[in-house]
Amino acid sequence: MIDTIRARGQLLCGVSTGLAGFAQPNSQGVWAGFDVDYCRAVAIAIFGTEQNRVRYVPTTAQVRFTALQSGEVDMLSRNTTWTLSRDTSLGLDFTATNFYDGQGFMVKRSLGVTAARQLDGATICVQPGTTTEQNLADWARSVRVNIRPVVIERLEDNIAAYLAGRCDAYTTDVSGLAASRSAQQVPADHVILPDVISKEPLGVLVRHGDQRFADLVRWVHFGLLAAEEFGITAENAAGLATTDNRPEVQRILGRTGGLGQMMGVDNAWMLNVIRTLGNYGEISTRNLAPLGLQRGPNALWTTPGGLQYAPPFR
Amino acid sequence: MSDTAIDPRYGTKPPKRPLRLSWGDERVRGIVYQILVVGIVGSIAYWLFSNTMHNLEVRRIATGWGFLEREAGLPIAEFLIPYDPTDTYLRALQVGVLNTLKVAVIGIVLATILGTILGVLKLSKNWLVSRVVGAYIEIVRDLPLLLQLLFWYALLQGLPGPRQAIHPATGVFLSNRGLKLPFFEWEGPHNWALLLMLIGAVGTYFYRRAARAKQMADGQPRAIWPAATVMMLVVPLGAWYAMGAPFTPDIPALRGFNFQGGLTVSPEFFALLLGLTLYTAGFIAEIVRAGILSVSQGQWEAAEALGLPRGRVMNLVVLPQALRVIIPPMTSQFLNITKNSSLAVAIGYQDIVSIANTTLNQTGQAIEGIAIIMVVYLTISLSISLFMNWYNSKIALVER
Repeated sequence: MIDTIRARGQLLCGVSTGLAGFAQPNSQGVWAGFDVDYCRAVAIAIFGTEQNRVRYVPTTAQVRFTALQSGEVDMLSRNTTWTLSRDTSLGLDFTATNFYDGQGFMVKRSLGVTAARQLDGATICVQPGTTTEQNLADWARSVRVNIRPVVIERLEDNIAAYLAGRCDAYTTDVSGLAASRSAQQVPADHVILPDVISKEPLGVLVRHGDQRFADLVRWVHFGLLAAEEFGITAENAAGLATTDNRPEVQRILGRTGGLGQMMGVDNAWMLNVIRTLGNYGEISTRNLAPLGLQRGPNALWTTPGGLQYAPPFR
Repeated sequence: MSDTAIDPRYGTKPPKRPLRLSWGDERVRGIVYQILVVGIVGSIAYWLFSNTMHNLEVRRIATGWGFLEREAGLPIAEFLIPYDPTDTYLRALQVGVLNTLKVAVIGIVLATILGTILGVLKLSKNWLVSRVVGAYIEIVRDLPLLLQLLFWYALLQGLPGPRQAIHPATGVFLSNRGLKLPFFEWEGPHNWALLLMLIGAVGTYFYRRAARAKQMADGQPRAIWPAATVMMLVVPLGAWYAMGAPFTPDIPALRGFNFQGGLTVSPEFFALLLGLTLYTAGFIAEIVRAGILSVSQGQWEAAEALGLPRGRVMNLVVLPQALRVIIPPMTSQFLNITKNSSLAVAIGYQDIVSIANTTLNQTGQAIEGIAIIMVVYLTISLSISLFMNWYNSKIALVER
């Protein structure tokens, strides 16, 4: 797989069709965002540079798995929730959870709703083909709340229906809510309710059958975490690569250990990634802080409440 | 098609020549070629199938129909049969099929009525009427249907919210949550009354046939409406009355976020129905116009010379001939409405495509999901085609 990508000269990366903070083309048409940075990171690990090395393939929630199964994309970096049935029956592998999310609700402030349970009888906009849709039904059943779904395929049309008042509330992952909220003219007119009704571990997927590529994608994520843990940043990475004497830092940055070769890439793989993109914290701050998202469970394990943990680089 | 083998000039089948087992025999060559073609197509199909199954197996992608029995967990907004998220995927798909049929059937009826009216109006001698209809037909035919659906949906979303709903009469509310109409509680006796009414409709059909046959024999026209009224109205109402005449009005009222009770026409359904009807009516209008124009002026004049009033000229002379031209392209339009209803997914109406898409996304069984969608549309389309072909052969002029 890695050889195929190298021969092709490009990594084909499935991203969402446009979600602020995660994957969205900017005014120059350049893709940017948290999920996009994972595409870039893997490309840098393979090629040493990201210049023209990634082709982004926008995928809707409904075609994403088929796109990956059929080989239209090499990896899927597209806020996809890790579930047992998806992991086992799709012929795909989740590599790691790069973002811990949970499903919530957004309502208009004028509605005066402060908790999800008050949504009894409400009409709720939701995208089809997602775990969101089933979580909504599960939640409504468990707390005995009556809801009417409005199921619209495209994210933009969904938001439009919510804004037009067709729905009382809009539900998706809290990160997605924050992204949509920040894109409104007056974000303060909309409230994200405190209730989180599900666990949504989002991660990058690859096809079954090529463990080496899966390993690379997984360890790029761990490398970004380890870099944050050891204080390696975009700015100081090149300097630390030659001066730092902590053994693990030396192994991450490829001065010793030959870890890159074990993965089938250059030993300077993580150095190149961090030099260009920064560590996990920097990626997170650059893309998600503007949405008003707190780190929360996505802080490092060394912070109280943080869940992001990298196995040792050795 | 069965009688095409009979040469009408002979009225019997031509005598069969015995088959000679030789390459020189045209029929032997024909048979060999046909076996070859069928064999090649068959093996390509088999190869595609086995290749797919093999690759699914290799990639450990789940296959089979077991998922139909699993709990769906999908919320569905509109259903004609009782549905709950705890029901199976099979049930959810059934709900989707019925939703597709609902919008297709109502759409076909409305588009036919509207299209026929527009087609006749376009032939009007009134300059303004024919030009306005002409402009309408051009506009709806020239714009993509998806665009029109999104337009109608956006327009319906622009209605006021439930608390500021337009409220023209008791129990009638129009808001961005849809149209709310008063209804009554549906109980057992209503089912019986409806069943009797359907039986009455069938009875009326046979009564009419018998009356026609008698008219053919003695030339006396017979009124059908008294018997029709008794069979379709008096008997069902009598049965309902005999069963205690249950009637509990169900009037919608604003409670909490939304209206409770009554009948609902959702914006999603209405936008889809409106879009499909208005779009297809444009095509049907042109078909009807062409059909009427295909009947020569001489037919009108000849019929009028017999002293028939204009209405009867239309019913007895022009329409039977125009229908021959109208029915075959009309079949295509009916099929188009059914197939175009799959655009519902864009505006949030949960038809079979929407639900099957969600199902295949949740279960990951794309091939099975797509197969279900194809079988459903194939079945509906073939049914429409068969019915229309039957109707077409029934009204076709008997020629020799």
